[in-house]
Formats: sequence, structure tokens, C-alpha cells
Amino acid sequence: MTQTSSTGSTGQSLASPTGTSAVPALSGAPRRAKINAKTLRTDRWWLQPLLTVVVLVSFIIYSTIRAFQNTHYFLDPYISPFYSPCLSSSCAPAPHISLFPSNAFFTPAIFILVFPLGFRLTCYYYRKAYYRSFWLSPPACAVAEPHKSYSGETKFPLIGNNLHRYFFYAGMVFNVILTYDALLAFRFEKDGGHHFGIGLGTAVLVLNATLLWLYTLSCHSCRHIVGGRLTHFSKHPVRYKFWGFVSTLNHKHMQLAWVSLFGVALTDLYVLLVSSGALSDPRWVA
Amino acid sequence: MSYEAKLRVWRGDADGGDLQDYTVTVNEGEVVLDVIHRLQATQAGDLAVRWNCKAGKCGSCSAEINGRPRLMCLTRMGDFQEDQVVTITPMRTFPVIRDLVTDVSFNYEKAAAIPPFTPKPREKDGTYRMQQIDVERSQEFRKCIECFLCQDTCHVIRDHEDNMPAFSGPRFLMRIAELDMHPLDTVDRKEFAQEQAGLGMCNITKCCTEVCPEGIHITDNALIPLKERVVDKKYDPLTWLGNTIRRRTP
Amino acid sequence: MTDLHNYDVVVVGAGGAGLRAAIEAHDQGARVAVVCKSLLGKAHTVMAEGGIAAAMGNLYPEDNWRVHFRDTMRGGKMLNHWRMAQLHAQEAPDRVRELEDWGALFDRTKDGLISQRDFGGHRFARLAHVGDRTGLELIRTLQQRAVALGIDVYMEHTITRLLTGPDGAISGAFGYRRVDGEFVAWQAPSVILATGGIGKSYVVTSNSWEYTGDGHSLALQAGASLVNMEFVQFHPTGMVWPISVKGILITESVRGEGGVLKNSEGRRFMFDYIPEFFRAETADTEEEADRWYDDHANNRRPPELLPRDEVARAINAEVKAGRGSPHGGVFLDIASRRSAEDIKRRLPSMYHQFKELAEVDITVEAMEVGPTCHYVMGGVEVDPESQAALVPGLFAAGEVSGGMHGSNRLGGNSLSDLLVFGKRAGTAAATHAKASMAASITQEALADAEQAALRPFEEKSGDNPYAVWHALQAAMNELVGIIRNADEVERALATIEELKAKKLSVTGGRAYNPGWHLALDLPNMLRVSECIAKAALERQESRGGHTRDEFPKPDAEWGKLNLICTLNDDRSGIALTRKPLPVMPPELAEIFEETL
Repeated sequence: MTQTSSTGSTGQSLASPTGTSAVPALSGAPRRAKINAKTLRTDRWWLQPLLTVVVLVSFIIYSTIRAFQNTHYFLDPYISPFYSPCLSSSCAPAPHISLFPSNAFFTPAIFILVFPLGFRLTCYYYRKAYYRSFWLSPPACAVAEPHKSYSGETKFPLIGNNLHRYFFYAGMVFNVILTYDALLAFRFEKDGGHHFGIGLGTAVLVLNATLLWLYTLSCHSCRHIVGGRLTHFSKHPVRYKFWGFVSTLNHKHMQLAWVSLFGVALTDLYVLLVSSGALSDPRWVA
Repeated sequence: MSYEAKLRVWRGDADGGDLQDYTVTVNEGEVVLDVIHRLQATQAGDLAVRWNCKAGKCGSCSAEINGRPRLMCLTRMGDFQEDQVVTITPMRTFPVIRDLVTDVSFNYEKAAAIPPFTPKPREKDGTYRMQQIDVERSQEFRKCIECFLCQDTCHVIRDHEDNMPAFSGPRFLMRIAELDMHPLDTVDRKEFAQEQAGLGMCNITKCCTEVCPEGIHITDNALIPLKERVVDKKYDPLTWLGNTIRRRTP
Repeated sequence: MTDLHNYDVVVVGAGGAGLRAAIEAHDQGARVAVVCKSLLGKAHTVMAEGGIAAAMGNLYPEDNWRVHFRDTMRGGKMLNHWRMAQLHAQEAPDRVRELEDWGALFDRTKDGLISQRDFGGHRFARLAHVGDRTGLELIRTLQQRAVALGIDVYMEHTITRLLTGPDGAISGAFGYRRVDGEFVAWQAPSVILATGGIGKSYVVTSNSWEYTGDGHSLALQAGASLVNMEFVQFHPTGMVWPISVKGILITESVRGEGGVLKNSEGRRFMFDYIPEFFRAETADTEEEADRWYDDHANNRRPPELLPRDEVARAINAEVKAGRGSPHGGVFLDIASRRSAEDIKRRLPSMYHQFKELAEVDITVEAMEVGPTCHYVMGGVEVDPESQAALVPGLFAAGEVSGGMHGSNRLGGNSLSDLLVFGKRAGTAAATHAKASMAASITQEALADAEQAALRPFEEKSGDNPYAVWHALQAAMNELVGIIRNADEVERALATIEELKAKKLSVTGGRAYNPGWHLALDLPNMLRVSECIAKAALERQESRGGHTRDEFPKPDAEWGKLNLICTLNDDRSGIALTRKPLPVMPPELAEIFEETL
């Protein structure tokens, strides 16, 4: 018996250019190999998501406490990055805008932190980190996720992650402010006048600002904006150079994301310790 | 120096199957595919396995080894302890045909759906002029050997078969990125990427990059840049405003 | 039950030649099917690394088709079909440029043109390339083009028989679908064979499992002839360690980019092996050789870049003389010649391959290399213009066709061969189909083909096909390898006869059963091996890819003769005939007198 089918250039399902010809449906819908285990991985795939959860949760707890604490964020000339720019009179005589009374429930930090946290929340690296560790989607490669359905970043609220670049711009503004703070940290009041000086706090603030610049500049949106969106690099040699520089940083985006996060928390902690008097700031003033 | 390795190989077809135990001789420097071939030649003549070049260039021998999506020809037996059981299963995401062979036609369908390369005309002298720096980005993606391990590992379809119609997978999102960055191409596929190929499903968890045997930076160099290009077009309020105004003006 | 399809042109094989042929036949208005043993995009073409030879003159404006033609003929020791070599040299540049229309992204020159690299036997830097993965670029480009055109592709289908009508002309092809083992036939007046080579008849080979000489064997059975089968190219640089990767190719680009061959004493031994034929154009000091990389005009090329047959024989001789590397090869050193960064950029897949498979960092250490069976110059005897074989309606393109490369192929000429003659075969096959009546296959022919294919299941006490295959590989590797002598080749022929007589049995069912597939491939390998061995025994000289211990020099009389293989009268084996070489017209002959 011979079954005849005439197949023209339009192609039939059996011989479509898509390659289905190789695999005709044999018995009903095609099915996967029956393997019941959620994963056959034998390594410690759970370690990395676990570490991420531990570290991020610690940061969240610490920063929440500090954001609501509303004290010990300034010791002239140092200001905590959580509370900069200074929106209360606690920073006098340093530059400040008195918007918040010192005992407000909604502290300045809450309003300030929205921007850097938004930047990190929509950051391509942190997205990977929290989707994997908190949402287990997936917990690790080739390890089944627990959810019944999945729509990724196609719906509210996750579609909002597409707004990353606006947080990037905001992040840049905050970097300028924190850089200004770091510069102010070289100016110590002594004998009723301002003098150049360097304290341990100065170093902490400078380091923090530097790490934040590196993290922000290594961002994927930044890489796209400076040159990634171009098709002909050769017609834009300067932007190609920038793109190359940002690409190099971008390779380290994950490391910079973590280091700068620790940087911010430790800077705040340092300001807390010196302003509460638990620690005294070693300094040299001209 | 050879030893007897303990292997567990999934045998079966769409109607069912299970892991079967084998003991196979392994010689120094051998890869998993060598051992599978020895198993085939000496104990299981009908063991189905797909392979071609055995040199990591064709991307045929994709499977999962101890649960990790890998090419059998690039996985050295020396990576495992001699007394460790090595489990080899077919790619989970695709329908199984038999033993280690899966039906990967999903990928060919997704490839065919992408609007094809459409070049601008050649220069007057009959050539195309492009600088090396203009072609390098797309060249990285053209290193792809289509082993489909990235497709296999991507949880969007691995854990949610129902997403298969709406999601093209990392391999073909990368193909769209390749065309979008191609200096000669004239078609805009950003709308296609987001609406037909399911770029928004990708949550950039980077498993595609982790398993790529060619070391292509799929997420950082293709998927994220493509997302950013889509943002340019779809989610940038300024562009959106501009487009809306332009659309309204006849 | 056999699924039956109707087409104008059926292309067997989806490598470079097959896809190029399919695209062309489609463009000529034919209904085209591509039938391939593997998935689309996995064909052996992906293994090609170095580049596509085409005299585009992007780096050396003095390059042109005449120089390329001359290099090709000299590389083939003048045994090439002159007309094929001419067409190839003339048309290759256009074939490369049209790949760009389909999306290929070659490496660029400073002027933004397609960059070209140096390769053995080519006078000028001529190989259009993409790093060291040019074959992948070629196949992906053609694959994507074929998909865009909507050409039907039957993946993982193997042709076991060509069908011919009562007039002896092609009426279609018969085969099985690997997925479920069911039979499929394609009725078509034109069939293009593009099945590649024969390397799987050898143990140490750079070839993939598909290279079982199917097309050679199918053509013989359909009544066509093979030419030049004694010429098998052993690529000088295959991996030798670890054993499991022995034979895997190391691209000639390593030498093109400055890599040198050294023996265990650290000597660049290729200077000791410059043959008279190439002496005038080869550097005889290391200083001159090293200067050549930057200044081709005033220096002669390094001996490492002699044609492949010369280099392979030299390596073989060094190892035999006890100056080999620990694992029986010699050293290929790029580490001391180029910066680590350069190596990683220009030879990324080599770097990757050694790192992954041998745990060797080629930017630090030398590679151990030795000859590996790489390419068969011989193939279906075809008309140079149309690639038509003796059987009406049968065409052959690429490695499965013969004549183009003579006794030895130059690196880079393979990919250009695929494109040039793939296109020509596509045109001719479409034209033939238009001029032909609709093909029809009889029920008897199908029934007979089905029965033959199922025989290994019925045989209960036959041999394990894997064991028979390994025996054939061992015989061919040891007895019909790089250096041959009458005694050994006769022993190989005896082994082949012995293996031909064996019955094969397979276990399991028809769905994706590799044992069964091997049992069906084996007769092809045996038939092709018999051709190689018989022709190797007959040709009493050394030339290109054929070296006889007893006759170490080329012979002028043999230089005028081709050996033609056909099936013998009772179809049980191979008959060999001598045929004079086509004579080159004077206007081409004079190219060899010019100083180019």
C-alpha cells in the first residue's frame, strides 16, 4: 500500500519548512520523557538562592529600622546616604531643606530611599537575584519552579521593570548629591571657620560614592543609552568608546551591585556609630 | 587508565520509560558521548542518541547530565568521581522520541516565524561596506550552534509548557537581537519580539547564559539589549508621546 | 506502507552544497525537497573552520581567478578537471558576495570589505572567513535563506535507494524516517546528491557519523561512475590526545595565522620536506618565512603552508623517525608566535576546543597534532557545467562529486566548491525537471526497497553491525591510510570481501534505532572502501592524496589518467577502468607558463 500526497512549494504539515516533517505526531500530542524528580541535579544548587535571601533580608531589616529611626544620620560633616539630601533641620549648619520635622512618622529617608531602591528593584541583576531566590522562578537552572502559571514581565506590576532607565536617571542625580556630600566631608568646622580635613568618615563617604558611581555606570540601561542602541558603531567613535567602557564595567555589574549595597549600609552604619557617639571619628584637620 | 563507570540512562519513549543502570568501561580523557557510544556498541545496540561532530561544533548531542543541560561531547567523564553515578536523561522541555532523542521541532517552528533578514541594497561597486566593530555584536550571536540547551533550560517553557506558543525562547530572541543589530538589515522586529516572540516573559534569570556551550553572553548581550530596544520603542514616555502625536497628525 | 511525495527536484543532503542547490532550484521555479540524515543545520559543513577561497582581491588586488585556478590545479597535482577548476575560480567571488545578501557576517578589512586570510597552497590571502567558524556561518546563512524561501526540508530521513525508470533515468528516491522507522519516497525527475564524504570508514577522522559515503554508493547503484577515488585527503593537523578526540580537526588557519610545526627536538622540520615542485615559491629559511606574514610580495611562503598532502606526509615521516610528540604526533606551536589575545580573537574555537577537550591552553602550550582522514577528492563523475552524472536526472555537488580537486584539495576550496557547484547543480536539476515527464515510481520498486531495508531485522544470527564497522575502520586506517603498498591494500580488499559476506542483525524496533541505521549504512561504507582500495592498488605512483611506498614519485603517464569506478556486471563489487584526463585548452595551459 502506498499513500500518495502531492506536496507543492506551499508545503504540507508533514513537509513544512519548519521542520515538522522530521517529527510527525505519532500517537496524539507529543509528550515529554516521564521523569518525576523535580530536578536530577546533585550539586548544592540551593546554596546561592539561600545566600541571596539571607543577605537581602538582612539589608531590608537594617534599612527599614534605619529609615524609620529618623535620628543619628548626621554628624558634621558626614551625612548618611539614607538621609541625603538632607530634608530636615537636623543637618544644620550644613546645607539642608527643612521639609520634615525631626519627629515625623514619614521620615525623609522613606521618600529618599524610593529612588535608589527603585533603581535596584528594577535593576537587571537584582531582578535575576530576587526572581530566583525569593520567587523561585526558577530557584536554579533546571530545577523546577513551584508556580502553576507564569507570565514573566508581561503584566502589572512586573511590566514596570521596563522603567529601569528612569530610575537610572534618578540614580545619577543621587550620585551627584552623594558625591557632593563626599566633597563636603572634606570640610570640617574648626575654630568657627571651615577647614580642609580628612577623617575616616571622609574615606567612607568617598568610597561609597565611588562604588555607587561604578554600580550605576555599569547598569545595562546605561550601556544601552551610551551606545548600545546604535547599529553602526563606526559612525559614532566616541559613543563606541563609552559603550566599550560601560561594557567592561557591565561585566562586573553583579559584583558592583553587591559591593555598593554593602557600601551604602556600612556608610550609614558608620554615620550611626559616630553620630550616636558609640565610635569616635579619627580625623586630621588642617 | 580505565575504570568501570556506573551509568543511569533514561530509556523509553512518549508512552513511558525509566532510568536504567549500566556499567560501562571508561578510558582516560573520554567524554560522556564516548561512553554512550560504547554502551551502544556493546550492550544496547538500539540506544537512541543524536550526535554528529563529537567536537562541540554542531550542537546535536544535547542532553541532561546529572540534571544539568549539557552537550555529551563536551562533558568529560573526568569531571565526575569514578564511583559517582552519572545520570543521563533527554532534554526535559521537548517531547521525547526515544531514549535520549527529543523532538526539537518547536525550535524550527520558532525560527521560521521570525521575519527574515532583509538587507539594504549593495553599494555602487557591488560590495557591502561594514567595519569590524559594526559586525562583532551580531557575530557573537552567530556563534550559536543551535544545540537548544538554552531553550531546554529556560523555565518559561521548561516549567510551563503552556507558554510554548507565546514564547520563542532565548535562542530565537537572540536571533531577533542579532538581526536588530545587523548593520545591513532594514526590518524593525521590536514589536514582533515583544508581542509574538514573548520577550516580556523573559525574567533574565540567566540560565540560558549558564548552559551555553559556546559561552555566548545571551542575557547580557542579546536579551537585555533587546529589552532596552523595546523600551525605546514601547515604554519610553517621550517616544510614546511623539508617536501618538505623529499618528494623530495626518 | 510508504509515504509518497511529489517534487521536481529532490536534494539529498543539507550541507553547503545541498542547501545552495535547493535555493537555486527553488529560485528557478522548481518544487524542491531537501532530505537530510540529521537535523537542519547540523551537516558536516559546520566543521569547516578556515574559510571560503575566492579571488576577490580585497587584500591583494593582484589576486584574480587565474591565480586561484593555477593554485588549485597545482595543489591537485594537475589531475583536476580543468573546466571545474576554472568555473570554480571564476564564480567563487560572486558566490561569497551573495551570502552577504542573505545575512552572513564575515570578518572585515579596514576598508570595510570581506577580510581574507592566508591558507596552504594559496598564493594570496584569499579565504573569506568568520574567525575559525566559517562553515557554521555558511550553513546558518544558507539554512536561514532556505527557511525564508519556504523550501520543504525532510529532516532525519535517510535515502537508501535511488529509483530509476525503465529508461534508466531517475524517477525518485526511497528512504526511511529515523523518528519512527517508516518509509518515505519522493517522486522526482531530478535528484541532486550532496551527501558529503566517506570518512567514517576510517578510525581516525575529522568526519561526523553521517559521512558513510551514501551518495557515492547510491550513485554507483543507480548506474553512475566515480572518479579519483584513490585520493583521500589526510588533514595534517588533527588532535591526537586524548584518544577519544583523536582525529578532531585543528584548522589550517592556525598555520595561516603564524603557527609552526616542530618536532620533539624543537626543529621546524617542514624546511626539510620542501618538494621540488614547490621549491621556487617556498621560503628556505625561518627568517624569510617569518617575514612573509607581513610582506607577501618580497618573501616566499613558509613551508608549513605547503598543500595538505605534503604536510601530512612530512608529519608522518617525522613520527616514524622517532621525532614525534609523546602521544604520536608533532607539535603545532602558536603560543610562542602570537599574543594570547590575538590567538583568542582569531582562533576562538580552537582555543575553546583544546580547553574543553584536552585541557590544553593553546596560548601557553603547543598543540600535539597528527594526520586525520578529512576529505575524499574522489566522487561521482559529473559534467563540469551541470554537475550531471551519467544517469539522466542525477546530479552531484560538493564533496560527493569528483574531479574538481584532482589528487589533493587546497584548504578553503571546499566551501567555495559547495557554493559554486551547488548553484550549478540546482540550475541544471531544475532545467532537467522542466524538460522531463512527471516521474513515477512503481509499487514493485517500493516493495523491493522496503524489503531490502528491513532485512537486518529478519536476520537472527548475523553479526553486530558495530563490530563489522569497527573491523572495516581498522582495516582502512591501517592498510589504506596515508602511505600505501600493494600488499597491505590487497589485505584490506580481502577484509572488505570478508565483511561484505557477513549478514547483519539488529535488535530493537524501527523507531530511532541506531543499530539498524548503521546496518543500512554499512554496505555503503564497504562499497566506497572497495573503490578506494581498488583504485589505490591500481595507481602505481604517488600523487597528492595517494602515496605508494613502492612508487614514491609522481609518474608522467599516470598523470594523464583517471581511474573510474562502476559496479561490476553482477553488481557484487567494483569494476575499475582507466580513462584519459580531459585536455586543457591552450589559453589555460599557458597560465602555468606565466610567472604570476
